[in-house]
Amino acid sequence: MLVVVEQSLNGLQFGLLLFLLAAGLTLVFGIMDFVNLAHGSLYMMGAYFAATFVAWTGNFILGAVMALGATLLLGILLEFVALRHLYGRDHLDHVLATFGLILFFNDAVRLIWGPAGLALPLPAWLTVPVQLLPGVYYPAYRLSIIAVALLVAALLYVVVMRTRIGMLIRAGASNREMIGALGINIKLLFTLVFGLGAALAGLAGLMQAPILTVQIGMGENILILAFVIIVIGGIGSIRGAFMAAIFVGMIDTLGRAFLPDLLRKVLSSTAASTAAPALSSMLIYLLMAIVLVVRPEGLFPAAKR
Amino acid sequence: MKKALWLAGIAALALTQPAAAGDTIKIGFVSTFSGPTAAIGNDMRNSFELALDHLGRKMGGKPVEVIYEDDGQKPDVGKQKTEKLIQSDKVDFIVGYIWSNVLLASLKTAVDAKTFLITSNAGPSQLAGELCSPYVFSTSWQNDQTPQAMGTYMTQKGVKSVFLIGPNYAAGKDMLAGVKSTFKGEVKGEEYTVWPSQLDFSAELTKAKNSGAEAIFVFYPGAAGVQFLNQYAQAGIKQQMPLYTAFTIDEITLALQKENALGVPGAQEWVNDLPNEENKRYVADYRKKYPGLRPTFYGAQTYDAAGLINSAVVAVKGDTAKKDEMKAEMEKANFKSVRGPYKYGKNHIPIQNFYLQDVVKDAEGQLALKTVATIVKDDQDRFHDKCPMK
Repeated sequence: MLVVVEQSLNGLQFGLLLFLLAAGLTLVFGIMDFVNLAHGSLYMMGAYFAATFVAWTGNFILGAVMALGATLLLGILLEFVALRHLYGRDHLDHVLATFGLILFFNDAVRLIWGPAGLALPLPAWLTVPVQLLPGVYYPAYRLSIIAVALLVAALLYVVVMRTRIGMLIRAGASNREMIGALGINIKLLFTLVFGLGAALAGLAGLMQAPILTVQIGMGENILILAFVIIVIGGIGSIRGAFMAAIFVGMIDTLGRAFLPDLLRKVLSSTAASTAAPALSSMLIYLLMAIVLVVRPEGLFPAAKR
Repeated sequence: MKKALWLAGIAALALTQPAAAGDTIKIGFVSTFSGPTAAIGNDMRNSFELALDHLGRKMGGKPVEVIYEDDGQKPDVGKQKTEKLIQSDKVDFIVGYIWSNVLLASLKTAVDAKTFLITSNAGPSQLAGELCSPYVFSTSWQNDQTPQAMGTYMTQKGVKSVFLIGPNYAAGKDMLAGVKSTFKGEVKGEEYTVWPSQLDFSAELTKAKNSGAEAIFVFYPGAAGVQFLNQYAQAGIKQQMPLYTAFTIDEITLALQKENALGVPGAQEWVNDLPNEENKRYVADYRKKYPGLRPTFYGAQTYDAAGLINSAVVAVKGDTAKKDEMKAEMEKANFKSVRGPYKYGKNHIPIQNFYLQDVVKDAEGQLALKTVATIVKDDQDRFHDKCPMK
């Protein structure tokens, strides 16, 4: 039973991390109707900035905050210099341009930081396990990811549902032309939304960095999951991204944790050990396929256009 | 008209002349030069280039030309690059291969073309057994051997039970099978993870922790080894469940693993401090030529591959068409290996020692790998009986 609790925490932590990445993606996709494949590159840049600033300042929190600011600025700069000129084009042009940006960022990182990757060491107070229940220890750092991500989710909720900016964002997701016609500075709104999305991706990257390594191309695999999440949750919907991210995190982790044992009941041990990882990584895509068939607009779609 | 045909015939003949008659020794090199594991490929290339420097960039009196190709850690790409090197570049030798799945995909192309393939890392069990070939030599090991040595060491240390974790691909399966074959205690569980995309091992670590096993064994080469050690340290189970490894800590990953790797034992057939003259020269010159870098076992094996090829080319005085003579020469392993002398089994896999390595602070205050003991002497892989070659 305690194992289930611990594995669920693993799933929750992974899901929340995916939420940070997916939230930015769904905002940009839903509100600006812009397909941003380079979102994973911003995730990578967040991690590289954090590794650099933490090494400079010697303080984990300070370095992380600086990295967050840097990714936000990078996002705004990127929107201003490159992406702004692509809004009128069709999705294929977005895909081409942002794919080019992935290559650009990967090689820029190779030039600046070298091919070997960086380490982002944690301060000592985050490397100890914390006792949650009697007999259940959980890494402090993973707990702090859960806490930070929940906090960000709550903040996003307040901003999107309770403020004027949030109202504009929601209006933008529902009907872009109309809020432009009402005299809202849509260009500024888009820049802000893109910067926010970049900062969220950067936050995901810098929080993931101490668990994984900081390396070139680290955003590419996880971006696929983020796209799966916004499809399941409904494009443009923050609530959908949140629920879908938790679903996906749970399914992925619990699948990896319990599927091998279940399969061993019907298959030979070696066959089960080999089949289970393949099967558990398929589960998420199965879920997406089912959602696409049953509710093509996603589980929690943003208001209709 | 007749004359034109005649000329065309000559031209065609000239074009189909085998490259062996050329004035250079052509070597194709397939490894990973992009993506997260590019550092391994770079180390192999650096070591090969250093070996060529040491040989005066000539073999058997002929200049050497190396064509490097990037497999991107993907079996399909590796196979294409192998085909390109053999069919359009017409190389005399093909070297490299970090990944067992890439090698298995590329193997047939080389064997069918009767081009000598020297694997300087990957050692899938199939290659030592049923797929062994007169044209394939290894300067590394068969995958199972290193974890077998680790299993032997764990048994010697009195470890009663273990939980195994490894990636779900050809080498991962070999590695876990290798430990199981020599570890006398109980295997409480084994987990395979999606390779190479899965980098978060929280679910597996939780299972290991709750399995009641005394220790954990893992095989995670390259960057994945850094990630695993990070997460193992963060789980805070280092005291209760010590970690034993194969190919998880090397001189490249150590720069990122840092203190997490201190005191984590591994097994290896080559360690940078092996006390033979050849090795001292290799390590010293490597550090001189590539400041800030240290050679890994991947590099050492690739350095040896150049030595092995050179021995064959010298034996035939540069006439690479004499394949039988070259094969016979390479079977003698008649060159100075940086791991010390070794012999070949009939399946062309080295019969060699395996050492226990530990992570310590060296004289310069840096973390370094150190040979602690010899675990097994003259170890031969356990698949050689399945190889039909004599």
